[in-house]
Amino acid sequence: MTTVVPDRRALFTGFFMVGLAGFGGVMPHAQHMLVEQRRWLTEQQFAEVLGLGQVLPGPNIVNVAVAVGARFHGASGALVSCAGLLLAPLGVVLLLAALYASYQQQPLVQGLLRGLAPTGIGLVLGMALKLATRLPRRQLPWALVLLTFLAVAVWKLSLLLVLLLLVPLGVALAWHWPERVS
Amino acid sequence: MMLWTLFTLFAEFSLLAVGGANSVVPEIHRTVVGELGWLTGSQFAALFAIAQAAPGPNVLFVSLIGWQMAGVSGAAISLLGICLPSSLLSFVVARWWQRVQGSRLALAIERGLAPLTVGLVLAGASAMLHAITPGTRGLLLCAATAVLAWRLRINPLWLLAVGGLLGALGWV
Repeated sequence: MTTVVPDRRALFTGFFMVGLAGFGGVMPHAQHMLVEQRRWLTEQQFAEVLGLGQVLPGPNIVNVAVAVGARFHGASGALVSCAGLLLAPLGVVLLLAALYASYQQQPLVQGLLRGLAPTGIGLVLGMALKLATRLPRRQLPWALVLLTFLAVAVWKLSLLLVLLLLVPLGVALAWHWPERVS
Repeated sequence: MMLWTLFTLFAEFSLLAVGGANSVVPEIHRTVVGELGWLTGSQFAALFAIAQAAPGPNVLFVSLIGWQMAGVSGAAISLLGICLPSSLLSFVVARWWQRVQGSRLALAIERGLAPLTVGLVLAGASAMLHAITPGTRGLLLCAATAVLAWRLRINPLWLLAVGGLLGALGWV
């Protein structure tokens, strides 16, 4: 798959649209824009950037915007990507907060939110499925998926603890038995 | 003075937000509602719900706290505070990552992190599902969206439009 190198203006507008579109979770929109729509990254590269963005502290999508911007245009690229990502939603969220008080009781507004919430979560699950499709069909990586999910979602361990344990474990497994994890 | 307080407060949370902005929400609640008494618990919950309903990253929630305390400039400075330290770290790591790309270490990191990423995204989705307690139809809508988003390279906005419409019509 061939990829395209964006200029700074494209970085700004691309992330601007992602920020504006991202109801109930921005990452699926970012994946669509970066991989499927504008082809700045391959699925593989997106998975790498997302992995780093998740492991590092801070808002994941902002980390992704920084990494993508830096990849193509260094510090200024990171800056325009973040500005594009955050500017529009900041305006919208302030507007909504101001409107909320007057319209919060409207059944139409409540119905809309009731429909948007599960759809947004479905988009996140869809992205997980896309990422999972790329994992090798071997036991080890899938055991790590399960372990990560159980530790965070079921056992409710602190995320910091989970990452401190599983990041070295995953990397060490992949280092020593690359043929088993790949 | 309030602007500087907001900036430093949220800058401290920035590097603690392992796994995303939502992971520090309980800590922000403890500080802003409990220690500082800036907001009541229900004000906090309402602002959080608005941020979730609005487009854009979840981290925008902190801008609403800043807005409540110091208007639009408070909103902007709070957002800057929570994004700046983690973004600097992320920038440094991204540059380093480009240099080591293709090396054995980079390969091991990339392959070792991939399963964790999938697990974390699934855990996040599960936490969000628990938070909204959807009915059977909500779960169906969620599952159908997941399969369509996975199989078709469709713009997610179309799926959201359908979901919002179904909700507004009272189906969900």
